[in-house]
Amino acid sequence: MTGQDNNAERRENAAPAIELRGISKAFGPVQANKDISISVQPGTIHGIIGENGAGKSTLMSILYGFYKADAGQIFIHGEETLIPDSQAAIRAGIGMVFQHFKLVENFSVLENVVLGVEEGEMIRPSLAKARKHLKELADEYELHVDPDAKIEDLGVGMQQRTEILKALYRQADILILDEPTGVLTPAEADHLFRILNGLKEQGKTIILITHKLREIMEITDTVSVMRRGEMTATVKTAETSPEQLAELMVGRKVLLEVDKKPAEPKEPVLEVENLRMVDEFGVERVKGISFNVHAGEILGIAGVSGNGQAELLKILGGIANGTGQIKVNGQELDLTGKHSDGRSRRERGISHVPEDRQHLGLIMDFAAWENLAFGYHHEPEFQKNKLFMNIPGMIKDAEDKMESFDVRPPNAHLEAKSFSGGNQQKIVLAREITRNPDLLLVGQPTRGVDIGAIEFIHKQIIALRDEGKAILLVSVELDEILSLSDRIAVMFDGHIMGERMPEETNETELGLLMAGVTDTDEGEAA
Amino acid sequence: MDLLSILQIFDSAVRLATPLLFACLAGLFSERAGIFDIGLEGKILISAFFSAGVAVLTGSIWLGLIAGLAGSVLFSAMHGLASITFRGNQLISGVALNFLASGLTVLIGEAWFGLGGRSPGLKNAERFLPIELPFAESLSGVPIFGPIYKELISGHTLLVYVALLAVPLSWFVLYRTRFGLRLRAVGENPAAVDTAGISVIKLRYAAMLIAGILCGLAGIYLATGLGAGFGKEMSAGRGYIALAALIFAKWRPWYALGATMLFGLLEAVANRYQNIDLGGFIVPVQFMQALPYIMTVIILAGIVGAAIPPRAGGQPYVKER
Amino acid sequence: MEKMPRWADVLLIPLINLTIAFSISALVILAIGENPVVVVKMMVSGALGSSYGWGYTLYYATNFLFTGLAVAVAFQASLFNIGGEGQAAMGGLGVALVCLFIPFPHWAVALVFAMAGGALFGAIWALIPAYLQAKRGSHIVITTIMFNFIAASLLNYLLVNVLRPTGSMDPSSARFPETTHLPTFHDMLTPFGINFSKAAPVNISLLIGLVMAVAVYFLLWRTRLGYEIRSFGKNQSASVYAGISITKITIVAMMISGGIAGMMAINNTMGESERLIMNSVEGAGFIGIAVALMGRNHPFGVLLAALLFGFLYQGGGEVSLWTKIPRELIIVVQALVIMFTGALDNMVRMPVERAFIRAAKRRKAS
Repeated sequence: MTGQDNNAERRENAAPAIELRGISKAFGPVQANKDISISVQPGTIHGIIGENGAGKSTLMSILYGFYKADAGQIFIHGEETLIPDSQAAIRAGIGMVFQHFKLVENFSVLENVVLGVEEGEMIRPSLAKARKHLKELADEYELHVDPDAKIEDLGVGMQQRTEILKALYRQADILILDEPTGVLTPAEADHLFRILNGLKEQGKTIILITHKLREIMEITDTVSVMRRGEMTATVKTAETSPEQLAELMVGRKVLLEVDKKPAEPKEPVLEVENLRMVDEFGVERVKGISFNVHAGEILGIAGVSGNGQAELLKILGGIANGTGQIKVNGQELDLTGKHSDGRSRRERGISHVPEDRQHLGLIMDFAAWENLAFGYHHEPEFQKNKLFMNIPGMIKDAEDKMESFDVRPPNAHLEAKSFSGGNQQKIVLAREITRNPDLLLVGQPTRGVDIGAIEFIHKQIIALRDEGKAILLVSVELDEILSLSDRIAVMFDGHIMGERMPEETNETELGLLMAGVTDTDEGEAA
Repeated sequence: MDLLSILQIFDSAVRLATPLLFACLAGLFSERAGIFDIGLEGKILISAFFSAGVAVLTGSIWLGLIAGLAGSVLFSAMHGLASITFRGNQLISGVALNFLASGLTVLIGEAWFGLGGRSPGLKNAERFLPIELPFAESLSGVPIFGPIYKELISGHTLLVYVALLAVPLSWFVLYRTRFGLRLRAVGENPAAVDTAGISVIKLRYAAMLIAGILCGLAGIYLATGLGAGFGKEMSAGRGYIALAALIFAKWRPWYALGATMLFGLLEAVANRYQNIDLGGFIVPVQFMQALPYIMTVIILAGIVGAAIPPRAGGQPYVKER
Repeated sequence: MEKMPRWADVLLIPLINLTIAFSISALVILAIGENPVVVVKMMVSGALGSSYGWGYTLYYATNFLFTGLAVAVAFQASLFNIGGEGQAAMGGLGVALVCLFIPFPHWAVALVFAMAGGALFGAIWALIPAYLQAKRGSHIVITTIMFNFIAASLLNYLLVNVLRPTGSMDPSSARFPETTHLPTFHDMLTPFGINFSKAAPVNISLLIGLVMAVAVYFLLWRTRLGYEIRSFGKNQSASVYAGISITKITIVAMMISGGIAGMMAINNTMGESERLIMNSVEGAGFIGIAVALMGRNHPFGVLLAALLFGFLYQGGGEVSLWTKIPRELIIVVQALVIMFTGALDNMVRMPVERAFIRAAKRRKAS
C-alpha cells in the first residue's frame, strides 16, 4: 500500500532530505525540545508521533523558521542551512501545512496560492500562470480545488488542499503536515493519504505530525516518537506495532500510589444522552455521546486532547451550548437557552474545575481571595448587605480555604499570577470542592503541577468521591486516569470509543483506544 | 429649482467631498492593512496647518504642499510606532494624535503669526487655484452639457482632480498589484502573510506612509484649495466623517467615492438651505449635519447590510507561541 | 519566571511615561521660543497663587473628575468610552430641562433632581452604543464618536430652535431660576470667615464629585457589580465561565459611565453658566480620557490626575494672557499624556521589565 520498496535502494544512498542535529529549544523554564536529532530520507513519509505538548509542533516550527532554536543544526540535502525566517524555509524547499490554516479567508484559492510568490509588480500575470500550474498540480496529485472559490466558502478539506497547493506551488520538495486529519472526515482523510502517497511517488519528502497511531501505521515509512520534548525512538514502521508505539508514546511512568477504597456507586447523578456539539467553524466536536456518572464514583475520560473532551466539559459547565439531553439528579439541564450559563449550573450543584485554569478558572490579576469567590460571588455568605460584598468575610473565607488546601504562600492578598501552577490549581480546587457540589467536573487537574501538589490534589478528589459525590474527570494523563478512576471512558474524534474498568485494562489497551483503534466491534458505550 | 442652482450645489458637493475622499482613502489603506486609524482628523488638521503656514512664510504653494505632507506623514509614522512597533492600543494612539494636532496647530500658529491660531490669508501664489478646463467658455452655450462642463466639471483646483484620480488609482493598487494583494492580506490574516515569508511590519508601515500622504492632501486641499488659509480646528470633524464614509463604503475605493460624494452633497445642501421644507415638515439644518453620523450608526448596527471590517483590524500582530 | 516588582508597575512606569510627556511639552515650549521654567512658574502662580486661581483650578478639576471617572469605569470593563463629550453635553440638556421646568423651593432639592436628570440623559446617550456593541458587535469607539457629533447637532438644534428665549440672539437657554443656583466656594466659606474669591466658579459640585469618586471606588471594589465589571474587563472568557453575562455588564458599565459623564453638567451648566450654552463641555469629555489613563482607572488616581489637569487648564489660561502661548498648550500636554501613558506604554515597559529581569538574574548568579 505504501509502495516503499521500489526505489528504496536509491534512497538509502542519497543524503537525507532533512537532518536535524541536537536541536534544543526552551520557552522560559519549559524545555520544549531537548537535544533532538532526526534524519529523513528523500522520497519517504516520516511520521512524528507523540502526545500533545510533547514538542512536535515546536520542532517543526523551528524547521519552518517560525522559532529560532537555542542550539543545534539543520541540514537540507546534506548541506547545513540556516533558517531564520519562513522566507528561508521556503527557499530551502520546505512547505508547511499548519494545524490552523494560514489562509486569507476572503481571498480566492488562487490569490492565496500566489501570495508571497507573485512574479512582478502586477498580479494578473501571476494569477494566470498560477491558474495553469494549479490545474497541472490538480491533475497530477488529485488536488482539485476551484481556483476562484473564496476560502470562507470552502470546507476544511478543501482549505487544506489549498494549503498543500500553496506549498507545491512554491516548489516545496519537503512537505510538513501538522495534525492534518484533525479537522477531516474519515473519507477526506483517506483522500489526503492518497494525495500524500502520490506526492511521495513523485519523490517528495513528507513529514507527518500526528497523535493517531492508525495514520502512522497506514502511511509512514519511518516513525519517530516524541515524549516530553525528547525523541524517544526512531523506527521503521514495518518493523514496529501499534502496541509498541503506544508504549513509547505514553512512556512507563511510575504510577503514583493513590490510597483508594473501592467505589460504592449509588444512584446516577449525571445522565448524558446523545450529546452533540458543533463549534463556531461548523465542525462537529462532540458526536452524540451518552454516559452516566453515579454518586460516589469517579468516571475518568481518557483521550488525546482535541477529541471533544474540552467541549464536553464546556457544555456541562454552561460555557458552550450543545444539543441532546443532560440530566442532573434526574432534572434536565438547559443546553441552549437562558439557563445555559455558568451561574445556573452552579445553582444546580455542578462545580467545574476547568481545563485551562489560567484563561478560564482564574483571573490572573485578581487577588487570591477574589478568585476564591469567583463564580460564587452571589452566594449569601459573601454579602454584607443588599449593596456591598462582605470583603473581610471573603478574605477570612479565602484564608481558611487556602490553609485547608495548603496553598503556598498562604497570602490571600497575592494576585493569582504570583502563585505557582500547582498552587493556582489548589486555589481553583479549593473554591470548587468546598462548595460541596453534587457533581464535580475536573479537567486536567494536574497539568503543569509539581509532584507534591499532584498527590494532594488527587487525595482531595478521592475524598470528595468518598463523601458520595459524582465526579467526572477529564485528563490526558493516562496514569492519572488509571489511578483515580472507578470507571474509564475513552474519547476519540468526538465519540466514546469504549468503557473499561481500571483493574481490567492497561495503558497499552487504552492507548490504542485513544488512537482510534478498536479491535472489537463494541462501538459506542452507553 | 433651475439647472444652474442644481449644478452649483453639485459643484459645491464635489469641493466639500474632496477632503473627505482623500481622508477616506487614507483610512482605507490603513485599515485594509489592519491598523485602525481614528487619527485621520488630526492628520488633516496638521497638514492643513503646515501647508498654509509654510506657504505663507515662503510664498510658495509647492513648499507648503511638501510641508503639509511631511506633517501628516510624521503623524502617520507616530501612529505606526505606537501600533506596529510597540503594539500599543491603536485607538488610544489615534485619539492622542488628534489632540496633538489640535493643540500644536494653535500653539505653533500663534508663535508664527500671532493671529489666535489662524494663518494670514493666502495670496494666489500660495494657493491651489481653480483650473479652467479647455473650451469651458466656448462650450458653455451647448445646452445641458455646456453648463455641466463649465460649472461642475471645470473650474476646480488641481487637488480635486487628483482626488478623483486617486480613486481608480487606489482601486488599481489594491486589486491589481502585488503590493495591494499583500496589503489586503495583512489586514485579514497577518499570519498568512508572515508564513508566506513577507514582513508584516514593513507592509503595515508602507500602508501608514500612504495613509499619511493621502490624509495630508486632504488637509492641504482644505487650507489652500477650498479655503485660503488655516483656521483653528478647521478640520471640523471631517476626519470622523471620512471614517464614517469608510464604514459606509465597506472599505472599498469606488464605494468610498460614492459615500464621500453623498456626505459632501449633504453638507452642500445644508450650507445652501438652512432648513428644508418637505411639504410642511421642516428638516432642520442640524439634522442634515448629523445625517452622516446617524447613517453610519445605522450601518454599524447592521440594519442596512452589514459592514464587515478587515478581520485583523486593531490587533497588533504577535507570532503565536 | 522573574517578574517586575509591583511598585515599578504602579509607580515607576507611569512616572517615566509622564516625565517623557512633560519633557516633550517643555521642548515644544522651547521650540516656540519661550522659556519652560518661566512658563511653569507662571502657571503655578496663575493657578495656585490666589483663591481666584484655585477657584478656577478646582472648577476645571471638577469637570475632569467627573469625565475621568466616567472613562475609568468603562475602561475597567475594557470598554473605551470616547463619548464622554456627548454624554456630558446631553447631561447638560437633562440638567437644563430639570432646572428650567421644575419649580424648586431650594437649590439642594434642585441639585438632587439635576444630578438625576444629568445622569439619566448621559446614561441614555451611552446606552445605544452599548446595546449595539453587546448585541450587534458594532465597535463602541466608533459609535460613541458618532454619538458625540449627533449630540452636538441635537443640542445645536434645541438651543437655536426650541430652548432659546424669544428675542434672544444667543443660542442658549434661558437663565435658570434663582432657586437652582448652586452655592460657590465663596458662599460656602464666607460663614467660616474665609474670604474665597467671589468670581471663581468652583462650587458645591466639587464635593459631589469627590463623593462620586468614593462611590465609584465602592462600586468597583465593594459591590458584586463592580466585581463583575472588573472581572469582565480583565478576562472575558473566565467571566463567562463564572456565569457573568457579557451583555449585561457591557450595558450596565456603559450606562454608569455615561451617567457619571452626564452628571458633570451640575458643575458647568448648573454651577457655572446657570443656563445651557452651546459647546458647554469644552472638551472635558476628551480630557477625561487622559485623566483616566494617567490615573490608571482608579478613582484616587483619577482625582490626582483631574487636579493636575485642572491646574494645567487654569495655568495654561493664565499663561495665554501674558505670553504668546495660547491655552491650547494644555491640549498638547493632554495629547502627550494620552500617547505615552496609553499607546506607547510598551515603549517604556519593555525595557524596564527587561532591566528588572536582568537585575534579578544577576542577583541570583552572584
